[in-house]
Amino acid sequence: MIAIFHNYGGLLLQGFGQTLLCSVIALFFSLIIGSMFAIFETTPIKFLRVIARIYIEVFRNIPLLVITMFFFVVIPMFVAKISGFAAGTIGLTIYTSAFIAETVRAGIQSVDPGQMEGARANGLSFWQAMRYIVLPQAFRYVIPPLGNQFINLVKNSSVLAFVAGFDLMYQGNVIASDSLSTMSTYVCIGILYLIITLPLSYWMRYLEKKLA
Amino acid sequence: MKDFINAYSWINIHYLLQGLWITVVVSLASIAGSYVIGSVLGIIRYVNIKVISPLVGLVIDIIRNLPLLLIIFFTYFGLPNLGFRPSSVWATILAMVVFESTMIAEIVRSGIIAVDPGQMEGARANGLTYVQALRKIILPQAMKKMIPALVSQFISLIKDTSLATIIVLPDLMHNAQIVYGQNSTYILPMFLMLAIMYFIVCYALSLVSRSLEKRMG
Repeated sequence: MIAIFHNYGGLLLQGFGQTLLCSVIALFFSLIIGSMFAIFETTPIKFLRVIARIYIEVFRNIPLLVITMFFFVVIPMFVAKISGFAAGTIGLTIYTSAFIAETVRAGIQSVDPGQMEGARANGLSFWQAMRYIVLPQAFRYVIPPLGNQFINLVKNSSVLAFVAGFDLMYQGNVIASDSLSTMSTYVCIGILYLIITLPLSYWMRYLEKKLA
Repeated sequence: MKDFINAYSWINIHYLLQGLWITVVVSLASIAGSYVIGSVLGIIRYVNIKVISPLVGLVIDIIRNLPLLLIIFFTYFGLPNLGFRPSSVWATILAMVVFESTMIAEIVRSGIIAVDPGQMEGARANGLTYVQALRKIILPQAMKKMIPALVSQFISLIKDTSLATIIVLPDLMHNAQIVYGQNSTYILPMFLMLAIMYFIVCYALSLVSRSLEKRMG
């Protein structure tokens, strides 16, 4: 195991960086898209609610791999050539945003409806009330579940291995087939994933307890 | 349009349905296995046996925080190093059961915690033993609270079986890749069909959960 870290340190580090980079980019955009659809779901406008419902149900019920492969295989045929890393990150963003939308919606609905009514009665528009009154309160509730979504995101980023995204999992396979010691390579890869996910998971559990 | 008609010939659809069948069988086997093992682990973690419970907790936390794909690789490519060589079907089921039972253990544990502690006290005060109280009073109530989380875990299990295409499990995703590999005009129709098939299976399951929740709630 130490030999793996010693001989392939550069590859492992590169993979670790790619995994982290892809997760952070996907988190950023899926937070924006997810929150947008969550707000759509709570608007009084029926059209937006239907759109949001369809988006969430569709992407929650299709495997991430299908979405990612779609971007890797279909998009280059019709639109533009994109790298495996880009295809993987786009796939992850879309998939995760559907879950984040559900989480944020639950957060918005857990805020006392009197807050919205009070804000509206004080002359704020729906969007102003959402932006300044409801969302800040909702986000406090949703931080632990959002953290768990981020953990899932880091784990799910291993699909980049399917599309040559040069992430940790991909480099793991390269190293495993080069060093022929599969067992210890996968243990090393596991340790590197745990470095990201395990502290986050304990932190989120602590936050959950604190907020409850 | 012609591409779609050609792509959806009976031979191709039949081949996809064979893949769907493998996906469903592997998922059901994994669900059954991980439900049983996960419940046991969850209860062990809840009842706080000395040494064993913290140890189980640590193992659960480690496995839960690894990517499933890594565990699939581990069972298929890693285990042969130890002299055990499972087929791709068994490797997938094994990986799924190991990974999902830790997820289910966490759901079971938080379901039990969510039951009012007065229930346990009341049951004990009425003369039931700890095990009886757990089995007859606490678990049935916890079950009700766990259903939505359990079903969404099962849905993600079904979706995640697609990852096993990488170890050549002949599931839906794998068969679709074979079909569109023959003819590039089939790519778009195949992806559409993949999305539809997975969606139907997973969405149907989520509808079942919703009606269960209504009936029990």
